[in-house]
Amino acid sequence: MSKLPPTRSETAFVDAKPGYSPVQALTEANRCLYCADAPCVQACPTGIDIPEFIRKIATDNLRGSARTIFDANIFGMSCARVCPVEVLCVGKCVYNEMDVPPIQIGKLQRYATDASFARGDRYVEAGADTGKRVALLGGGPASLAAAHELRVRGHACTIFEQSELLGGLSTTGVAPYKMKADRALEEVEWVLGIGGIEIKSGVRVGRDVTLDALLCDYDAVFVGLGLGADRLLHLPGGELSGIRGAVEWIAEIKTEASALEGVGRAVVIGGGNTAIDTVRELRGLGIPEVTLAYRGDEAQMSGYVHEWRWAKVEGVRGVFNAQPTGYVGDTAGTSVGGVRFARLDAERTPVPGAELTIDADLVLLAIGQGRLGALLEGVEGVTLDRGRLVVDDAGRTGHPKIYAGGDCANGGKEVVNAVDEGKRAAIAIDQQLCGGEAT
Amino acid sequence: VSVNGSPDLTANCGGIITPNPFWLASAPPTNSGDQIMRAFDAGWGGAVWKTLGQPIQNVSSRFGGLHNRGTRGIGFSNIELITDRPVETNLREIAEVKRRYPNNGIIVSLMVESRDEWRDLIKRSIDAGADGLELNFGCPHGMCERGMGSAVGQEPKLNETITSWAAEFSTIPVLVKLTPNVDNIVPHGLAAQRGGADGVSLINTIKSVIGVDIDSYVPIPRVDGRSTNGGYCGAAVKPIALHMVSSLGREASFKLPISGIGGISNWRDAVEFILLGSSSVQVCTEVMLRGYRVVEDMIEGLTEYMRRQGFSRLDEMIGAAVPKLSEWGDLDLNHETVAKIDPVSCIGCQACVVACHDGAHQCIHPSPDKDVRVPIVDEGECVGCNLCEIVCPVPGCITMEPVDNGFSPASWNQHADEGAPLRPKKGVHI
Repeated sequence: MSKLPPTRSETAFVDAKPGYSPVQALTEANRCLYCADAPCVQACPTGIDIPEFIRKIATDNLRGSARTIFDANIFGMSCARVCPVEVLCVGKCVYNEMDVPPIQIGKLQRYATDASFARGDRYVEAGADTGKRVALLGGGPASLAAAHELRVRGHACTIFEQSELLGGLSTTGVAPYKMKADRALEEVEWVLGIGGIEIKSGVRVGRDVTLDALLCDYDAVFVGLGLGADRLLHLPGGELSGIRGAVEWIAEIKTEASALEGVGRAVVIGGGNTAIDTVRELRGLGIPEVTLAYRGDEAQMSGYVHEWRWAKVEGVRGVFNAQPTGYVGDTAGTSVGGVRFARLDAERTPVPGAELTIDADLVLLAIGQGRLGALLEGVEGVTLDRGRLVVDDAGRTGHPKIYAGGDCANGGKEVVNAVDEGKRAAIAIDQQLCGGEAT
Repeated sequence: VSVNGSPDLTANCGGIITPNPFWLASAPPTNSGDQIMRAFDAGWGGAVWKTLGQPIQNVSSRFGGLHNRGTRGIGFSNIELITDRPVETNLREIAEVKRRYPNNGIIVSLMVESRDEWRDLIKRSIDAGADGLELNFGCPHGMCERGMGSAVGQEPKLNETITSWAAEFSTIPVLVKLTPNVDNIVPHGLAAQRGGADGVSLINTIKSVIGVDIDSYVPIPRVDGRSTNGGYCGAAVKPIALHMVSSLGREASFKLPISGIGGISNWRDAVEFILLGSSSVQVCTEVMLRGYRVVEDMIEGLTEYMRRQGFSRLDEMIGAAVPKLSEWGDLDLNHETVAKIDPVSCIGCQACVVACHDGAHQCIHPSPDKDVRVPIVDEGECVGCNLCEIVCPVPGCITMEPVDNGFSPASWNQHADEGAPLRPKKGVHI
């Protein structure tokens, strides 16, 4: 697996939510009410038995605590760091109902899983060999979770990943104040530790190997390819340097020493979570003036409110109801020097004559990513909805051998959703291949 | 009622009069004059001086704590013996404290063996200025192996004999401190009464093993590679102490005042001991864990309680709850309560559901509406056991409400003796 350079930009960040000390974990664990049919569990896409793992922290059964987490979610270590717990488990903690601070579930989960990683514990072994083989396209959390579950059930797995790095957005997309790339890769290694998962990296399905060949050679194919490249805006001045996609830029700061010399002002266009992550990362890397520009008003931002609140605390400026209309060059005319916006009214119609230019040495576009549907276009039984693979609850496409999960099927959600979808697809694949029981 | 309208907290336990009923029990907090003076400055009404007696030597590791879900020291155990300071030093300090704090009560705890030793130590304690004596017949570790402490408290004849010596030699009130390590406290209280005691204090600590170090297999407290049984005390023993205090309080032939001891951690606990018949209360563990300062809230809380309840003097409340204790056979079987859940304050934790299903009578159920977290009580099956109310984390959310079932009160004894009709059983699930 590729080594990450120690000089990469993300190392400038410290954890926004540092891990608990034992006494902190114990104090918080002891507050948990150990609810039955708990709302926090219902809010977890992977259904981790949260009251149970917290009780085990309280009784100093740390290995058991981690087992409870990993039984439900093999990516429990990274999910503890990257899940938007404020809108999932923590947001549903019953303490909220009486205006008592909710249990810090993410931090407790991090405590239990970090301790498990530190000890090098493993909990499950591969199942007895079934002789069945499954190909998994993409090396992100969805495919890895699916592969792990398939190995538990005894099926041989091969992951096809076009890049050299496994882990997908868990490695290249997570905000570095939540988790850094090396930690994500450590987790990938740990997941692969179950054995029997062959990795074909640098291989692009559709270019280096055809889908038909895979369908021929394997008993089932799981598609966990994620999303495509950043969408860009085709506007006047778009050819200037310094205009980039946000996802690509984030991957760069997470895996390389990104050149930010001379960048004093940055503008990020978009109102979602990628936009918010990007502005916080720019501030964290020391860019003095960072602006998030969104065409709707502040309340319409699709990004999490709690994350945007932090961005503002960190000094990010928000410009709303502004539609980019073109880029302005710098004095040399080769690099970007600013973005021109038209002011929009409540109906998002440009207000005549109301224009705005924001100076910028770097413009990052966080307005969505392309879809990867092309590979699956025209495949019998597979339905695409605007590039998104249509699947049922078990990750089944209409093709009997093709399953899918993660961003390419859900349109772009959290790691925890990808893990859940990968696992459920694996169970469905197992049922189809062996008639196994869902567990 | 005093001039400013505050209730009078003056306590009188067997003739030992103190400005309030809060005494420090004979224990490490009353080991020295310096400590006791600081305690009196903090507001303690009296102090039972750490037991004087024969020379001893303590082990190094002496205490063990019982911790539960993050709360440290809900129970406590010790294997410390009586004072390890010279008797002369203690007596000199008793005289000095009494000189400086004439209005506070100093009760000297004593534990010796022979009649002559008792005579000598009682005389010297009185000469030092003690307001009362407490005979330590309770200590369940160490000293009992030498025939003292609980070895005396467990033998009514020995108790009576030594008490009679003390009564003979003493010109000041004598309290007998009883051990709870007996199957029935009443004969032991009566033995003290026959011996001529002016009062009893109870409970001393309970024989216990507070825990085991599961890595070394040595029980706690560890004295190198060994341990021994300790005396158990602290908040967790209060129910046992309340039962024993009330057993004496209910005994018609027992006439002595009681100094209540056992897990008193705050004013509420003190009120409970007083309502079950205590004229004063003694505190040790809470002070060991949190210091003398806890008495401020005890005094204030008791004062406010008395004001709220309309008591002007302690006498008016001592034993007020005793007549409410009876035999099980005299309880009204036809009295019926059911759980009511306040849907507004319910936080939907379902603790009551799981407790009722697994630990009670399967009458609280999740709402059939998936979007509603407030459970449903099947009142037709609810036996009114209180478990749900106990586990509910929201104060006042679950209440046990009386039900008018049309049946006249009937106890088991009335049913067995007179055929009084009983209401149909609930929660039997036949």
